[in-house]
Amino acid sequence: MADSDTQKYIVSTNPHAHSGDSVQRIMLDVIIALVPALLVSFHFFGWQAVRLVVTCVVGCVATEAACRKLMGRDLGITDLSAVVTGLLLAFNLPPSLPCGMALVGCVFAIAVAKQVFGGIGYNPFNPALIGRVALLISFPVAMTKWHEPMNAARWTAFSWIDGATTATPLGAAKTALSMGQEVPIAWNNATMLDYLLGNMSGCIGEVSALALILGGVYMLYRRCISWHIPVSYIGTVALFAAILRFSQPDANMPVFFHLMGGGLMLGAIFMATDMVTSPLTKKGMLVFGVGCGLLTMIIRRWGGYPEGVSFAIILMNAITPLINRATRPRVFGQGGKKS
Amino acid sequence: MKTAKAQFKVMGGIHPAYHKDLARDKAIEIMPLPALLRVSMSQHLGAPATPTVKKGDEVLRGQVIGEAAGFISAAVHAPTSGTVKEVGEAATVMGSTAAFIGIEPDGNDTWIEGLVGMPDWATAERTALVAKVAAAGVAGMGGAGFPTNVKLSPPPDKPIDTLILNGAECEPYLTADHRLMVEHAEHIWAGCQIIQKILGATTVRIAIEDNKPEAIAAMEQAMADAEGDVGIAVLKTEYPQGAEKQQIYAITGREVPSGGLPMDVGCVVENVGTTLAVWDAVVNGRPLTERVTTVTGAPVATPKNVQGRIGTSYADLLAFCDGLSGDAAKVISGGPMMGIAQPSLDVGTTKTTSGLLFLAPDQVKTFSSMPCIACGRCVDACPMYLVPAELSQMLEAEDYDAAEELNVLDCIECGCCAFACPAPRPLVQHMKQGKSRVMLKRRQAQQKKS
Repeated sequence: MADSDTQKYIVSTNPHAHSGDSVQRIMLDVIIALVPALLVSFHFFGWQAVRLVVTCVVGCVATEAACRKLMGRDLGITDLSAVVTGLLLAFNLPPSLPCGMALVGCVFAIAVAKQVFGGIGYNPFNPALIGRVALLISFPVAMTKWHEPMNAARWTAFSWIDGATTATPLGAAKTALSMGQEVPIAWNNATMLDYLLGNMSGCIGEVSALALILGGVYMLYRRCISWHIPVSYIGTVALFAAILRFSQPDANMPVFFHLMGGGLMLGAIFMATDMVTSPLTKKGMLVFGVGCGLLTMIIRRWGGYPEGVSFAIILMNAITPLINRATRPRVFGQGGKKS
Repeated sequence: MKTAKAQFKVMGGIHPAYHKDLARDKAIEIMPLPALLRVSMSQHLGAPATPTVKKGDEVLRGQVIGEAAGFISAAVHAPTSGTVKEVGEAATVMGSTAAFIGIEPDGNDTWIEGLVGMPDWATAERTALVAKVAAAGVAGMGGAGFPTNVKLSPPPDKPIDTLILNGAECEPYLTADHRLMVEHAEHIWAGCQIIQKILGATTVRIAIEDNKPEAIAAMEQAMADAEGDVGIAVLKTEYPQGAEKQQIYAITGREVPSGGLPMDVGCVVENVGTTLAVWDAVVNGRPLTERVTTVTGAPVATPKNVQGRIGTSYADLLAFCDGLSGDAAKVISGGPMMGIAQPSLDVGTTKTTSGLLFLAPDQVKTFSSMPCIACGRCVDACPMYLVPAELSQMLEAEDYDAAEELNVLDCIECGCCAFACPAPRPLVQHMKQGKSRVMLKRRQAQQKKS
């Protein structure tokens, strides 16, 4: 090796092998997992869904780029996290929401909830949910205006602002119960299958439990999420709802309304599992999921809003550092020190 | 004799690409003497040896050229006969500097006279056996280089009941221990019995990962007539099954206490190569002057398991393997998980050089790290059950008190966390720096007290 003196070798700390995983790949997997629900939203809400998704994705990516440029940092949009936030925010909006309002949500989600804290990895709250809640508080009427799916004009009329409105299954059930009426299983002529497939009113991305679960299975397969948060979250809601229903049948709605009539599937599979804002350890994830489930049910049952998923997850995001601290694993070699 | 699949498995751990096929079936080749041997005085964990020869001296193979300096240290011997060309300071494999002795072989390879073996070791005194091991300068050849005679002299209040022979070789690429077990099973088993006698251990387990069926078969054959509680523990192939604490736990279910040593739970773990060196030291009276190194990697023309003298330069080792057939971007002393990247081939092998790995440019990732996204993969991967994600952020903020509180000193630097990190963050670098800062802090506190 005559050239051993001139040869330049790279020197770095071990390990010198890597799994090949990247943040970008994880975000891409989340985007892929959102595709079934995206197609369902296009199917049921037509142009409205296309309009909102494009607005939110472009709005979030543009806000991210603008913030980074203002702060004099790398653009950072190639990690695709702003695309995920845009998709999730759009999924959490009612179909008739005007584009301008959706953009306000984008700015809130990215600028206020994410970049102010330092960008990816540093945000304490799920950006898309902060965007949604900011809109819910700022534009309460527009954010609770629901339309029937499969509207005949969904691919012809570009705006639904004036169309006939309805309620979400959860909202309608809550109203019926408050007026002392029975909640029919086949509410509004819908069947259980309709709820599963997404043929109901609601936010554009939350309607189809089946599409969301399909995405969840893909993320499990790709190890983007683990089962702990979705299972403990959905399980807690199911158990809580079942106890309510069996103890007071005329004051509570059937369990499947809670499971599939609102935003639970979207929240439990895609929002609560956000890596940055959920706990690090498996034990912590279970605590987080159960907490989300309890808060969701308390808000839905006794709160003013018919839906409680967003607030529940945001509240649990706030205590994630505490959960991390409380669920740190016992270090290897410290098990025998108890004596 | 029995062969048992270990019931316990390490929690955490990873499954890297192993690449062992490059050199797995290559029989050990003995390398001819190179033109110059550069023998470092820092061959082992602990204080470097003190040179005892000067420029121009004639030395014989096995002659002491560096004597142990302190309790945790080991003697260094001339790897062949020849002339001392140089005594000086040079960079070590570890990145620091230490004294080295350059020897020009005379080609005769004459052993020093007066080396006496103890073929009748079975009836010998324990202390005499340990003295033989110490005189031979044997140090842990698996990587850490802990002086073996120290390990074999546990204090009386730490009785040892279990001896584990570590043949896991969980590092990707490396096959030196595998070849030793396949080709020298009988001598390894004899060395194992010597160590068992020294320690008075009643239980012996040979730990081998289940991706080495040939080694398992060879050891089974060598131990066929063994009596007592002696057996092979077949470990699930998973990194880091070869890590001492994890291996003890997998086999015995005992947990080495935080900050403690295997002897605290009645165990001693010895690498199979070290065991062979113990056999040679006791039975033949020969000092440790050579070892098997796996020279491997995609750019290496002919990957081999090379038996070479201690002090053989990396450049000579590579030349013996017909040089490079492609570009190399990184040179690693050891395996890819815990090995040390080298800036040049201008260093010599030591007692701990288990591998010399060359990586092609497309296998080497240079990156700027991103913020932690709290995915938790490092937490899942850490075999010490630490939370590298939190530790790394504390260490970036230079909060050493918090890192100490979260047990940064328990980190074994195995690299599982950084392997799994998608950000990717230099987690091991953070840990290493954090550990040294916490140790410094403790030393300063100690000094203030006294």
